[in-house]
Amino acid sequence: MSHVNTQAFSGRRHLSDGRIATFFIMPTLVLLILMNVFPLFYSLYLSFTDYSVIANESPEWIALDNFEKILTTERSRYWHNFTVTGQYAVFSVGLQVIVGFSLALLLREKFKGSGIITTLILIPMMLSPVVVGLFWKLIFDPSKGIFNHIIYMNPTAGDQWLANSTLALWAIIIVDVWMWSPFVMLLCLSGLGAIPDYLYEAAAIDRASSWFQFRRITLPQVMPLLTIAILFRTIEAFKAFDLVMGLTGGTPGDATETVSVRLYREAFLGKFKTGESSALAYVVLIIIIAVSNLYIRSLNRMREG
Amino acid sequence: MLKKSASLFILIAMALTLVGGVTAAPPVQEVDELVILWAEWDPANYLQEIGNRYEAETGIKVNVIQEPWGSFYDRMAAEWAAQGDSYDMVVGDSQWVGQGATQGHYVDLTDFMLESGIKDSVTPATLQFYGEYPAASGRYYAYPTEGDAVGWAYRKDLFEDPTNMEEFEAQYGYPLAPPDNWMQLRDIAEFFTRPDDNLYGVGVYTQIDYDGLTMGFENVLFSWGAGWQDENNQVLGVVNSDAAIEALEFYKGLYQFAPPGTNNAFYAEMNDVFINGQTAMIMNYFAFFPALANPGINPYADVTGFFPGPAGPNGDRYVALGGQGLSVLSYISDERKQASMDFVEWFASTAVQEQWAEVGGYTCNIEVLESEAFLTNTAYNPAFADSMTFVKDFWNIPEFGELLEPVQRYLHAYVVGGEGTAKEALDNTAIEQYEILVDAGVLTE
Repeated sequence: MSHVNTQAFSGRRHLSDGRIATFFIMPTLVLLILMNVFPLFYSLYLSFTDYSVIANESPEWIALDNFEKILTTERSRYWHNFTVTGQYAVFSVGLQVIVGFSLALLLREKFKGSGIITTLILIPMMLSPVVVGLFWKLIFDPSKGIFNHIIYMNPTAGDQWLANSTLALWAIIIVDVWMWSPFVMLLCLSGLGAIPDYLYEAAAIDRASSWFQFRRITLPQVMPLLTIAILFRTIEAFKAFDLVMGLTGGTPGDATETVSVRLYREAFLGKFKTGESSALAYVVLIIIIAVSNLYIRSLNRMREG
Repeated sequence: MLKKSASLFILIAMALTLVGGVTAAPPVQEVDELVILWAEWDPANYLQEIGNRYEAETGIKVNVIQEPWGSFYDRMAAEWAAQGDSYDMVVGDSQWVGQGATQGHYVDLTDFMLESGIKDSVTPATLQFYGEYPAASGRYYAYPTEGDAVGWAYRKDLFEDPTNMEEFEAQYGYPLAPPDNWMQLRDIAEFFTRPDDNLYGVGVYTQIDYDGLTMGFENVLFSWGAGWQDENNQVLGVVNSDAAIEALEFYKGLYQFAPPGTNNAFYAEMNDVFINGQTAMIMNYFAFFPALANPGINPYADVTGFFPGPAGPNGDRYVALGGQGLSVLSYISDERKQASMDFVEWFASTAVQEQWAEVGGYTCNIEVLESEAFLTNTAYNPAFADSMTFVKDFWNIPEFGELLEPVQRYLHAYVVGGEGTAKEALDNTAIEQYEILVDAGVLTE
C-alpha cells in the first residue's frame, strides 16, 4: 500500500508548480502567437512585398517601395489621409477635453438628480459607433433631421453638412465629441474626487482666487488622468473608422477619408493591395507608438514633478 | 497485464486508424448538393426556388448562399484566395469575369456552352458582358443568369396631373411625358423640384463605395458618345474627352434636383426616396423594381410607371449594365464540376428560363425575352427587354477595382462635394487610370 502511495507521490512530483503554471499559460501563449505575434510579423514581411491576397501569386520582395510610395508619392494621396486624420484627432480630442472637463466640473458637486444626469450623459459612449453614425446621418439629413432645423432658418435651403467638403469633417467631429466627451468627463470626475479638500481650504485661507485654485490645484491634480484620457482618445482618433464609415464613408470625394478608411479601401473593396496596405498599417502603428510615447513621457514627468 | 494489453490494443487501434486515415484513397463521392454563392437580394431567393425544382427533378439539393452586397466580393475573393471549395458556383458580377478567367478561379465553359447550344440561346450582348473574356475572344466563363440594366421609375400621378401637364407645357414648350432624351429628363427634374413640398425631380446614384456613382454616370457618359476606353484601351483623351466632360457637367446638373441626403446613395436609397414620395423619377437597376410594383411596399405602386434610359444629344442611347453570370469554380472536384455544369445546362433550357422569368428572374434567353408572356408579365419588363439591347459596361479586366476607385473619388468630389471642375475631375481620373493600366501591362508608356 505504502509502495503504491510513494509511486503516486513521485508521479505527482513531476508536475512542479512551474510546470503547472506553464501548462495553464501554454494555451494562451499558443493563441497569442498564432493570432497576434505571427500575423504581426507576417504583415511586417508583407509590407516589403508586392502582394495581393486574392491573386494566386507569391509575395514579391520589393524592399521599401511600398513605404516610399506611401510617404513620398504625391499622387498616392496618403498625406491627404494623414492630414484629415490629424485635423480630426486635434479638433475632436481638443473639444472632447474642453467639453468633458467642463461637464466634470459641473457635476463635481453633488446635487439632487446629479446621479441620473451623469448616467444619462454617459449613454452615448455606450452605443455602437456604427449605430451612432447611422443615427446622426438621419439627424444631419436636411429634409428629415433636426440639425438643419436648429442651425438654419430654412432647413432645406441650408447646407447639407455631410455632402459639403468643408463641413463634413466637422459633422464627424461634432458626433465624436457628443459620443466621447462623457468618457473624458468620467476620468476627470474620478480625478476631481481624489483632490483632498484641505488643499482648497488652505488656498481659501490664503485668499487665492478661483482661477488660481483651478490653475494651481484642480488642473495639476486632474492632469494625470486627463492625460490618460487624451492618450486613449488620440489613439482612437487615429484609428477612426466605424463612425466615419457610418456617417460619410469618407465622402464627399475623399474629404473625410481618414487613414483607417483608406487602409480598408486599399486592403479590400476590389483592390486587395495586401502588401501596400500592410505597409500603411505599419506607418500608422509607428505614428501611434510615437504619439503615445510623447504622452507617456509627459505623464511620467508629471508624476516625478 | 490485462491493463497493459488493453492499452497496447488501444494504441495499435489508434495508430491503424491514423495510418488508415492518411493512406486510404478518398472515395469517389456522389454529388448530392450544389452550393451557389450570390448576393443577398430577391433574385437569389428566386434562384433558390428554381433550385428546389431541380432537387425535385434530380434529387440533388441546390443551396443558394446569400451574402450582403457590401461584402459579396470580399467573401468571394477570400474564397478564391484560399482556393476553397465551399461553393460550387457563383453568380458573379460582370466585372469579375476577367479576374475569374485570368487568375484561374472560373472553369472555362467555352466547349460546354458551344456543345450544349447554350451560347446561342442568350442575347449576344449579355453573353459578351457576363460571360466572355477577353472581349471578342470566344472564350466563355459564365452563363448570363440575371440580366440587368439601369432603368427609370416615375410617378404617373404627377406626370398625368392636368395642372402639372399644363404648367410644364407652358414652361418648356412640349408635353409632359416620360422623356425620350436626357435634356427632357433634366427639364422634368427641374419642374418637379419643389423643396417646400419636400418633392424633388430626380434620384441619381452617388454612392462612393464600389461602383454606385460610376454606374449612374455611365448612362450619361455612353449616351453622350463617350466611353471608358478606345479600341486600343487608351484612356488619355478618352475618359477626359470633351463629350465626357459635358456628360459629367450634365450629371452634376441632375444632382441639384435630387432629394437632400442622397449624397451617398445607391439602389436602396433610390427606392427609399421614391417610396416615401420625395421624387418624381429615380434611376435604378431593374432588379430593384419589383419592390416598386408591390403595393405592400410602395404606396405609389399603382401609379408607378417605368421607362428605359433616354437618348443623348446626338441620339446615342446606352444604359449601364448590371446583372451577373453563373460561373463554375475551379477549386471543386471533377465530380462537382460536372454536376454543376449539368445544373447550368438544365437551368439554361428555355423551359426553365421561362420559369425563371415567371418567378421574377431577369432572363437573358432570347426566346423568353421576346415572348408575349414575358413582356406582359410586369409593368417594367418591356422597358427591361428594350434596355438589354443597348447596354454597355465598365472595364472587366482584373484591375477593374483599381480603375473604379479614382472614378468614384474624383466624380464624387465634383458631383457631390462641388470641388473643382468636370475637366479637372476627368483629367485626374484619366491620368490615374493610365498609370494603373501601364502598371498592369495593358498599356505601354
